[in-house]
Amino acid sequence: MSIDRPTVAKIASLARIKMTDAELDRMAPELSAILDWVEQLGEVDTSEVEPMTAVIPNTLRLRADEVDADPRTGGDRRDDVLANAPVAEHGFFGVPKVIE
Amino acid sequence: MTELTNLGVREIRDGVAQGDFTAREVAEAFNAAVEAASELNAFIVATPDKALEAADKVDADRAAGRELGAMAGVPIGMKDLFCTDGVQTTAASHILEGFVPRYESTVSQNLWDAGAGMLGKLNLDQFAMGSSNETSHFGNVVSPWRKSGGGNAGMSPGGSSGGSSAAVAARIAPAATGTDTGGSIRQPAAFTGICGIKPTYGRCSRWGVVAFASSLDQAGPMARSVGDCAIMLGAMAGFDAKDSTSLQMDVPDWAAGLSADLKGRKVGIPREYRMDGTDEAILESWEQGKNWLRDAGAEIVDISLPHTKYALPAYYIIAPAEASSNLARYDGVRYGLRDLPEGAGLQDMYAATREEGFGDEVKRRVLIGTYVLSAGFYDAYYNQAQKVRALVARDFERAWADCDVILAPTTPTASFPLGDKTDDPLAMYLNDVFAVPASLAGVPAMSVPAMLNGEGLPLGLQIVGKPFDEQGVLNAGLAIEQRAGFEAKPETWW
Repeated sequence: MSIDRPTVAKIASLARIKMTDAELDRMAPELSAILDWVEQLGEVDTSEVEPMTAVIPNTLRLRADEVDADPRTGGDRRDDVLANAPVAEHGFFGVPKVIE
Repeated sequence: MTELTNLGVREIRDGVAQGDFTAREVAEAFNAAVEAASELNAFIVATPDKALEAADKVDADRAAGRELGAMAGVPIGMKDLFCTDGVQTTAASHILEGFVPRYESTVSQNLWDAGAGMLGKLNLDQFAMGSSNETSHFGNVVSPWRKSGGGNAGMSPGGSSGGSSAAVAARIAPAATGTDTGGSIRQPAAFTGICGIKPTYGRCSRWGVVAFASSLDQAGPMARSVGDCAIMLGAMAGFDAKDSTSLQMDVPDWAAGLSADLKGRKVGIPREYRMDGTDEAILESWEQGKNWLRDAGAEIVDISLPHTKYALPAYYIIAPAEASSNLARYDGVRYGLRDLPEGAGLQDMYAATREEGFGDEVKRRVLIGTYVLSAGFYDAYYNQAQKVRALVARDFERAWADCDVILAPTTPTASFPLGDKTDDPLAMYLNDVFAVPASLAGVPAMSVPAMLNGEGLPLGLQIVGKPFDEQGVLNAGLAIEQRAGFEAKPETWW
């Protein structure tokens, strides 16, 4: 078993996913089996190779320094941006109180 | 007019252009077929009005003598991973249920601009994570195919583009969009006896496509013929400044360039794809494929892709790692579901929302991804996987010295009954063992139907090509299609 229940609980907390005890019990062996299986990558000699960073060699483009060059990704779309928010108030996203 | 639903992309487009029938008649026929096929559960949302609206515009354009687009009059299914302006987009998840985008993905917009219409949003594995279409929040998609003598057991249409494959095979859509991260176009195409191509990474814009693993995600067409795939891919592809990995190069006219004459072409047969656990019938179809390509004039050569065995485990580190990062955006704040327990703070809201909104397979992958990226494990898992990925890509680069395209099976087995593999995530992952290497290397690959196995289920052959050589892949696919003469279709039971 490469990872135990407390480790899964810790990862779940890092990933901000609440998990019940029953889910942790079920998930721990499943994740362990997957991680045990990927361990085989350790057999591969990678000492001479750099990690892949781009699947197709490509240079990162810079866009023109222009306001709203593409209206679909430009500004002044507040209502569109907020349209799907579970809670939006006064032109902002609404969240539970975060400061005491 | 039921026979209209037997037509493919080219036949519909040409028939509309010649006035054999109107685009509206076509849209009405497919709308009716979609409505009658609810048992397949291929669509999450049907949009018959959208299909009619697009058809009427094409009919009006034709009447006015205006030029018609490459997909004019063709109603298609849109995988519910593409954002569609004003139409719910869920990625088959609960967390995005009710999300109605206020913008259109580049690929879907390209298709509408080419004259296509939308029949509806197709079901898929949740966030495209799955190989059997059993992880959708909106229920399994059932393949239109059934085992001969296997009773009425529901078969898997493959995944993640299982709604797409089922709809096209069942002739309730002439074509559909798919997306392929580690086989999600090719494997469902193989399971349902249709064609599907994943182009070179960067050919199709990812803008407006719900992200799973951004360095692997690529959109592509699924249709019943190689020619239809060529037409539709041409309409989908193209440079898009809104996607930083979009290829800034011309889109060739693949449909015009189709040729099944493979004289002077070399087809590589990778010896490492002969794996334990592969069905006899699959191996037989592979042999048959070699004969077909030889008959088309190609020379068959043995090649080696030595890191094939390690592609799948590398994929199951890289894809979950990227997913854990991409899916961090689902926080209950900006869109989608919010679960705010009584008296809960912000952190509790995140955790509760994600608990309720994500399915098991999505949670599993987010957790794996979080683990392999966490401090202390990053080098051993993620970095090592990216190095192995570089080796898998190098295997292909070296192979191109000896061949122009590669022929392999698409999947190790035919479709299986729904529920057969749901208890064993690893067994499910093995479905994509032949599909994943091309994804890691970013090269174009397609599945073409070859034959039926002894149980009457379709088997697919996979062709993998050099970067940017979709034409070579499509041409080899065409040579197989012409010789396989695959005419089988599922009997209507729905």
